[in-house]
Amino acid sequence: MAHYLLIESRDPFEYGDPVQFADLAVDLAGAGNQVTMFLVQNGVLVARAGAAGGTLQKLAGEARITVLADEFSLRERGIWPEKLAGGVNYGSMDQFVDLLMADDVKAVWH
Amino acid sequence: MASGKTLTISIMDPPYESGTTTTMLRIVDAALKKGHNVNVFAYEGAVALPLKTQAAHPNPVKGTTVEEQHHPTTSGFISALFEAAGLTGAKLDWVNCGLCVDERGATEWVEGVRRGGPGDFVKFAQESTNTLVIGTR
Repeated sequence: MAHYLLIESRDPFEYGDPVQFADLAVDLAGAGNQVTMFLVQNGVLVARAGAAGGTLQKLAGEARITVLADEFSLRERGIWPEKLAGGVNYGSMDQFVDLLMADDVKAVWH
Repeated sequence: MASGKTLTISIMDPPYESGTTTTMLRIVDAALKKGHNVNVFAYEGAVALPLKTQAAHPNPVKGTTVEEQHHPTTSGFISALFEAAGLTGAKLDWVNCGLCVDERGATEWVEGVRRGGPGDFVKFAQESTNTLVIGTR
């Protein structure tokens, strides 16, 4: 099975389709693939504890999905570690590039 | 130290309009520092990213001078990326779509940028470890 790197840059409070991107992650994981959802720019707004965007709730509990939030984007928006939702980990650009350049990774920007 | 791997990125966003250009430049920077070669195919408004005629400006609302404002330019960042590539032995190949350039009259670029077309992007993608297509909104 493949490893998918899904990059979410959109704010679900501004756009309607981040929820469908989360659906894609769930479907890919359900088909046996490994999925990393990397939140960046306004995409990190769902990573706030208590945010009701609906995307993280879809990903929660999926063993094959890892959620990383870009630390730079979080800092820009004043979202500190103690304010992160459960199941979300800090991600660095170094980590992102390592994931992107690993063998057989399929990257999709949204 | 060069890794022997190559990343290709296509970008369409113009400068100073979204966080996407900043993110793209951060990705290129991190990849070059890891010794990966990076190809960038700049399409549509993204061909203005390396314009060398970009200028820093003061902020009359805040009353700051050019020096105090310390306004960054995307062309300055791109020049710095070409320099960073040299430090690790990686290669940065930045291609501006020629038709997009002509449409915009955006012809004066920082050193290192070259003119090309969609065929370059196909070749880049075929020869790269991975390709990231960053669509515009």
